[in-house]
Amino acid sequence: MRNIKLIFLREFTAYFATPLAYVFIVIFLMLSGLLTFFMGGFLERDQADLVPFFEFHPWLYLFLVPALSMRLWAEERKLGTIELFLTLPISMTEAVAGKFLAAWGFSITALFLTFPFWLTVNYLGNPDNGVVLASYIGSALMVGAYLAIGSMISALTKNQVIAFVITTATCFVLTLAGSPIILDFFSAWASADIVQAVGNFGFLPHFQSIQRGVIDFRDVIFFGSIIVIALTANAIIIDWRKAS
Amino acid sequence: MDPAISIKGLTKQFGPRTVVDNVTFSANIGEVLGFLGPNGAGKSTTMKMIVGFLSPSSGTAEVCGFDVLKNPIAVKGSVGYLPEGAPAYPDMTPLSFLRFISGIRGFNGSEREDRVHNAVRITRIEEVAEQPIETLSKGYKRRVGLAQALLHDPKVLILDEPTDGLDPNQKQVVRDLIIEMASTKCIVISTHILEEVDAVCSRAMIIASGKVVADGSPSELKSQSGSGDLEEVFRKVTLNA
Repeated sequence: MRNIKLIFLREFTAYFATPLAYVFIVIFLMLSGLLTFFMGGFLERDQADLVPFFEFHPWLYLFLVPALSMRLWAEERKLGTIELFLTLPISMTEAVAGKFLAAWGFSITALFLTFPFWLTVNYLGNPDNGVVLASYIGSALMVGAYLAIGSMISALTKNQVIAFVITTATCFVLTLAGSPIILDFFSAWASADIVQAVGNFGFLPHFQSIQRGVIDFRDVIFFGSIIVIALTANAIIIDWRKAS
Repeated sequence: MDPAISIKGLTKQFGPRTVVDNVTFSANIGEVLGFLGPNGAGKSTTMKMIVGFLSPSSGTAEVCGFDVLKNPIAVKGSVGYLPEGAPAYPDMTPLSFLRFISGIRGFNGSEREDRVHNAVRITRIEEVAEQPIETLSKGYKRRVGLAQALLHDPKVLILDEPTDGLDPNQKQVVRDLIIEMASTKCIVISTHILEEVDAVCSRAMIIASGKVVADGSPSELKSQSGSGDLEEVFRKVTLNA
């Protein structure tokens, strides 16, 4: 645990050592605001909830999260610091978990900074704050799943741009897996069971069900297992191709 | 007592290529062992296996009695390693970087700080200790790497090309450091600069195409050529391999 904490702190401060953290937070907050008010019709709907705010999170994460995760391992490879990092007396689990948790902690910090939306909606009306809290938790879980996938893909390359593009594409498919675009592609040739299985991998239905205010155990397990599986693969990938 | 480093039949293959081929040797505290060899001879790969970064295809490596495959964390804990090019996190300062390493090396509280300051003092990087590492000259970067490697006062130091690319003054600083520490540690350095062997090593191994082709004290190696010239020996044994 101690090593995870130390790695977490190093990585977390690294975000703030460059303009990355500030750029990320500012863009995230600005886009959240623009999408909520202009595209989501936050005011016009005349309803005291944050549905138009959370609705856009999967799409925001789709291109913001890969920008965070792309550096996790690709940068270590590029700089050669991976050799230093992995010859410290730490286990692979600690290395992968510490880095992931730092990225997740940073994303949750950015998410937390959206609290003015919550204040606004409470000022304007009487929202169901239980639903709002559930949506925040759902959003945090979803961003964790995107980051874990991004971390895994970052482990495959030393080129951060490649990591970014592949992560965006992978997350795009996973986000939409339950929607007709992806399902039609499968239903043309696969059996109904497979189509349904693919559909279950979609991030959107799981996020939407949490957004209704019910934190269903199955949705938590879903995002939790995506994180665990992706990070396990991450560790295996690093072990497998340390040198290149 | 176990030798500080004990290597038996160490082999590394990358696909069809055998980069390190059945290397066997051991080294003790008080020895400064120089790995000599042309570029691509397998010096770095051998070092990477000793410190537990790469796993051997076959053979074993033991450091301070710990097997690198069975007990990698104990090996990593007893070795100080300077990877080739002395990589470090460019956005950190030497102080924050060394604090991180000191924490990971298991030091807490005031000892964590003491270790950092001691390493800064030994490697003489006080004046740049609070500048981002990316702004440092090559010589200082190398010394930050050394500071990181010897912070926990390890029994075994593995230094991959510690003086490569440095100017003569910077080289001297690094060599003096190695000589200073030589009596209490087992130090392995790799180099393709032959003068380095005379300057710091008590023993030299010439590696070519992954094999050890010569092993002995610098004077023993020199006596293998008629003229007593190390360069001549080097060419003779590496060109045939």
